[in-house]
Amino acid sequence: MPVLMDGERIARTLMRIAHEIIERNRDVRDLALVGIRTRGVPLAARLRANLREITGEDVPVGALDITLYRDDLMRHTVAPQPLIRRTEIPFSIDDRKILLVDDVLYTGRTVRAGLDALIDFGRPKAIQLVVLVDRGHRELPIRADYVGKNVPTSALESIRVRLQETDGQDLVLIEKEDEQK
Amino acid sequence: MPLDTQAASSVQVVNGPALPAATRLRGKDLLGIAELTPAEIRLVLDTTEAMKEIGARPIKKVPALRGKTVINLFFEPSTRTRTSFEVAEKRLSADALNIAAGTSSVVKGETLADTALNLEAMSPDLMVVRHPSSGACHFLSRICRAGIINAGDGMHEHPTQALLDAFTIREHKKRIEGLKIAIVGDLLHSRVLRSNVLLWTKLGAEVWVSGPPTLIPPGIGRLGIRATTSVDEAVEGADVIMMLRIQLERMQGGYFPSLREYFTVFGMTPERVRRAKRDVIIMHPGPMNRGVEIASEVADGPYSVILEQVANGVAVRMAVLYLLAGGGEHEAAA
Repeated sequence: MPVLMDGERIARTLMRIAHEIIERNRDVRDLALVGIRTRGVPLAARLRANLREITGEDVPVGALDITLYRDDLMRHTVAPQPLIRRTEIPFSIDDRKILLVDDVLYTGRTVRAGLDALIDFGRPKAIQLVVLVDRGHRELPIRADYVGKNVPTSALESIRVRLQETDGQDLVLIEKEDEQK
Repeated sequence: MPLDTQAASSVQVVNGPALPAATRLRGKDLLGIAELTPAEIRLVLDTTEAMKEIGARPIKKVPALRGKTVINLFFEPSTRTRTSFEVAEKRLSADALNIAAGTSSVVKGETLADTALNLEAMSPDLMVVRHPSSGACHFLSRICRAGIINAGDGMHEHPTQALLDAFTIREHKKRIEGLKIAIVGDLLHSRVLRSNVLLWTKLGAEVWVSGPPTLIPPGIGRLGIRATTSVDEAVEGADVIMMLRIQLERMQGGYFPSLREYFTVFGMTPERVRRAKRDVIIMHPGPMNRGVEIASEVADGPYSVILEQVANGVAVRMAVLYLLAGGGEHEAAA
């Protein structure tokens, strides 16, 4: 399985994105990070640490579970039902700039669900999208504001993001569908 | 307002890799706790955690059951359960219809099966049913394609009540396993008792029941629990005390001499509460008879979680509705 990014590369990428966030937003005090479960959450926490290292400011972090907003919730007949986990946004998103964080941007449907879910919490000043990997094949008019790495893929390939917090190691892998299992 | 580090780390914990064994309920129905495995019970309780958060949002609604129809079919009076189901259905964006037997064709003599089949012709996805006869929901589940949720059938089961009680206990005690739970009152007529005892024993709690000998059903020991007529013995060192309602409408049989005497011998008083653990919680499925099974000082006291039970009821019912109707079509209804 070819490795796209190793731990060091991921760390450098997240630092670069943190710099881009500051460059674009100047004042970080009205920013907040919201990670999409599962792997967007640790990525958001790491970006927060990077932002603190650069600016000395603490940006609030939340976690969003988008399961109940998915457009394919009613369509899978055999696939196991997705387990719902808690959404935790312990701050008001009103008039803040929200950085929505996910690991992989693919069809855009997860992000669409994430936007709907976020807007049920209030009216943010703006929402910007951060992804570690953009693999193309969009089915909705959505693009990311900050991209760790653009990876041209075929629909038969899949991107695996592994993070220390959830999987015990930092790696981004690309694999052919038939290599799985 | 920055998120402190402790809260940030709790986000990590929830996010951890520990997944429960079950990821869905097996059947199309929720008929009773008897039909659930411990893994399925834990799945409902875990899903409830996520649902509870929705109730704290400014917009308390998610689109998960959009386009699904749920009929609430109540053949017995109910405030808490019916309202709680209705709120849960609305929060999940399902279309909810309420039918109370008193205002329906049931008063014209229509049978249960005919009522249900006629409603089913309008293709609901779920029917939430309360009925005075034990087994009514099992019967309906066999003749209906729609999923049936038992909201209380006669003296048999009331599974969503037991699930919300378990959720409330787990919130306070972090576990069910190994707790001493005492349940006191009318053990004979109570479907809440049956569902709760089944759930607690499945999850490994030590269960004590107590009440007047006339209201202890024969053979209750077969459920793997301890029965005693001494309330003091039952609540000694208990982590949880649950009081059951004396069902005044079912007390024509002379089960005990007077309500006053019942309160003296079996009522939950502050003195009796002191025999339990210092961090005991007091529960009651409602509606309460103050001064009969529970003293007002206890019902309104610091150990009481009675109103939390009601609040958690909505989240538990959302979890059940979602798990039964939210994940696409079930493989050919059995």
